[in-house]
Amino acid sequence: MKLLYFAWVRERVGKTEEQIDPPAGIATVSDLMAWLARRDEQYAHAFENANVIRAAIDHRHVRPDAPIAGAGEIAFFPPMTGG
Amino acid sequence: MTTLIRLQHEPFDVAAEAARIARGRTDIGALVTFTGICRADEDGEIITALTLEHYPGMAEAEITRHVEEVCARWPLLGVTVVHRYGRILPGEVIVLVATASSHREAAFAAASFLMDYLKTRAPFWKRVQTRTGTSWVDAKAIDEAAIERWAGKPPEREAAK
Repeated sequence: MKLLYFAWVRERVGKTEEQIDPPAGIATVSDLMAWLARRDEQYAHAFENANVIRAAIDHRHVRPDAPIAGAGEIAFFPPMTGG
Repeated sequence: MTTLIRLQHEPFDVAAEAARIARGRTDIGALVTFTGICRADEDGEIITALTLEHYPGMAEAEITRHVEEVCARWPLLGVTVVHRYGRILPGEVIVLVATASSHREAAFAAASFLMDYLKTRAPFWKRVQTRTGTSWVDAKAIDEAAIERWAGKPPEREAAK
């Protein structure tokens, strides 16, 4: 699946997007954030306060307990400040 | 019912966008426009520029969902949302929401609803540039609280007069 990062999550991770293939057992958005945080220091920094990070699957906002099975594109970003 | 949703970097003419909604029609009795403008200060600090990052694809989809929701809630005759992204200077327009109806209550309510949701649900992030550096704007609790007033509210089509 494709991951996208925005705003300070993007800056901390150090990339705008990437393809990933998470191992079996990574079932939800919050599982995925915990798995990403274990990758290296940059990811750990980006996801250290996972409770403030928002997620979207295929262009729709989702909660941390949302399943990721079948997702084409998952985005992680801070709370929005548009308007 | 005509809707127009546009994301763009370029500045645009607010008056022309508003006039477009009512052009050639005689059923519109109320046209409400909200214009969001880049201020030159944020929390007392002087801002030299604002940069709006957005999520292409989702931003359009999310705004479309909220426009569909206001059209279901209120008897609207037209809705326009134009939101800019990229570098924006103080004094420039960031966003326009225009709503048209036969009577003012629906137009006011729909414009207010759309702005509350744009602030907290549309995937845009503001970064401000000051004389000492740049920083991401923090989401405000007051903006998040603003959308709670719309929660669970039934459609108000009957309250159009």
